[in-house]
Amino acid sequence: MDARSQILDSIRKSLKRGPLGEAAAAGPATRLADHAQGLIPARTTSLDAKGLSDLFVRMAEEVQTTVTRVAAATDVPGAVAEYLTSHNLPADITMAPDPTLDAYPWDDRPLLRIRRGRAQDLDQVSVTGAFAAVAETGTLMLTSGNDRPTTLNLMPDTHIVVLRADQVVGPYEAAWERLRATETGNTMPRTVNFITGPSRTGDIEQRMQLGAHGPRRLHIVLVDGPDAKTV
Amino acid sequence: MHPTSHAFKANAREALDDNNLQRALDNMKTGFPAKRAAAIARMPEFEALRDQGMAIKNHTLENLDFYLETFERNVTNAGGHVHWARTAEEARQIILGICRTVDAKTVTKGKSMISEEIALNDFLEEQGLVPVETDLGEYIIQLRHEAPSHIIAPAIHLLKEQVEEAFRASHTDLPEGRPLSEPRELTDEARSVLRRRFLEADVGITGANFLIAETGSTVIVTNEGNGDLTQTLPKIHIVLASLEKVVPTLEDATSILRLLARSATGQEFSTYTTFSTGPRRPGDPDGPGEFHVVLLDNGRTAMLGTEFQDMLRCIRCSACLNHCPVYQSVGGHAYGWVYPGPMGSVLTPGLIGVAEAGNLPNASTFCGKCESVCPMRIPLPKMMRHWREREFEQALSPAPFRTGLKLWAFVARRPKLYRLGANLAARLLGMLGGSAGRFKSLPLAGGWTGGRDLPAPEGKSFMQQWQARQRKAA
Repeated sequence: MDARSQILDSIRKSLKRGPLGEAAAAGPATRLADHAQGLIPARTTSLDAKGLSDLFVRMAEEVQTTVTRVAAATDVPGAVAEYLTSHNLPADITMAPDPTLDAYPWDDRPLLRIRRGRAQDLDQVSVTGAFAAVAETGTLMLTSGNDRPTTLNLMPDTHIVVLRADQVVGPYEAAWERLRATETGNTMPRTVNFITGPSRTGDIEQRMQLGAHGPRRLHIVLVDGPDAKTV
Repeated sequence: MHPTSHAFKANAREALDDNNLQRALDNMKTGFPAKRAAAIARMPEFEALRDQGMAIKNHTLENLDFYLETFERNVTNAGGHVHWARTAEEARQIILGICRTVDAKTVTKGKSMISEEIALNDFLEEQGLVPVETDLGEYIIQLRHEAPSHIIAPAIHLLKEQVEEAFRASHTDLPEGRPLSEPRELTDEARSVLRRRFLEADVGITGANFLIAETGSTVIVTNEGNGDLTQTLPKIHIVLASLEKVVPTLEDATSILRLLARSATGQEFSTYTTFSTGPRRPGDPDGPGEFHVVLLDNGRTAMLGTEFQDMLRCIRCSACLNHCPVYQSVGGHAYGWVYPGPMGSVLTPGLIGVAEAGNLPNASTFCGKCESVCPMRIPLPKMMRHWREREFEQALSPAPFRTGLKLWAFVARRPKLYRLGANLAARLLGMLGGSAGRFKSLPLAGGWTGGRDLPAPEGKSFMQQWQARQRKAA
């Protein structure tokens, strides 16, 4: 007997039953179809949009993410440029080809040298958008796609994420709900990265070091002024 | 890896005398438990989340065939491949076969306990490949040619001086005089050395914390991002996972993720939690061209339906190790195989046999701390007791122990004889104990008095006192 059949047989033998009939499979099948949410911690459930943004920022900063809050989309290029200057970082950035990032007036900052595409080995700084942000733990949710390379989230030393306030949700479940509602909702993106702070390790004497393999710095530019939703 | 679990007692003695190990364990004893306690204090729903996690896993195990078939179908729909392996050898051959299709030389690896279980690195090296561990802790122990001593912090038994020594011995192309005494410098050096490896790798192998039946996704959780680079940069991504990792839906995995990091490192959430579904899509600028999942049984389906089924709920958080007074005293290597601590004491006999691993379920004080911190409420002490019973039934425990136990059982079943014996022994020991009231040594009790004095019984036995009280009350 082949390995697959033998393993399935062994499961059924141990559970003292045969393959699930149609009636018995209805329970698990419904569970998959319903994909019901479990218990949602109260931490986020009573918060309004402002409350969610504030909690997101607080939780993100707890895990060494840095955040600049700006009032309008037009402020984003300046915030990125200032972050780079204040950290003595080069003005060369690799930006996701993501069209949602075209909404920011990058030309206002002609000194920023922008390449669009996936990350290369020596890239210092990447700029990406995000699919959503989870206030519960200050976590970013990034999905891969033709214009959203995964390597930008991982390889450069500094990862800058431009986020709109309306992308901040309470629990992870709300982010899944949004993903399921997108037109490709029945197919998962190849990669879904939940990122909570810059890369870190405690493997040497339990002393935490940032920048183990992924970015040493994770910076968020959060557009949460009154016109944030017009982007 | 050749198990030395049968030699636990000698291993443990050696560990207790190892000063470096004892210093390293001192860091860990206070670190992990305090961080976990702080994280849980911030999550008032934690106990309810534990109940929920347990229910999700129990439901999945009862329908394991259904969810595995669903998982397989959805991996295939996403363009990936699922391979079923009954044994470690089958899993190794499947992985080798996949590596051969691209003439792989360098194989990068995310941290995977299943890879340790099937001794994958030794095998790939024998076959002429170069497996490179990329989790910092795993990389350090690979350089030192040793096994992980902890399931999430593999190099927790080492001091930074020992890491420096390993790096100086291996990274011989770097300047000899470079400073390398601080964790920061060591981490930076590993980052730059391993970055080159990530870029040259043909195949990346990771484990999985969850498999999602609903979507055919695999999930890894790391803090370093090494698992993500492992699976994103090479041509092929192979996921090696034991089959009990499957859960029904994204929401189910999410519920259990709320337990995992808090129980493990005391983080609210690990830095990188990544869901992977199939290979690179048409038009994608990066990602692996092929996506394979190797599903390993290796004895697990035989645990289903037995008193050890609950063990299959384990999410490998390490809370039971971190809180175990035995683990805290001897570290992970003393357990002699891949899985140490209480979870290892239950799982190891199931995987390599109670004849080899019978010492492990005995290496417990039954203080119950492991069960009390287990996010999946696995009754670890009860299952260790089951293994002790099996060990006794199969006549595997040492003869003096068995004789002693039989003698005790004979007496214990005869209350009059027991009481007579107990009264005589108490009186005799009380007299012999004299004014000191304690024994520095005693025949047949060397194991006890070698480390501490045995207090001499004072006064009457419990039964005598009880009867006296009853008479008084009457």
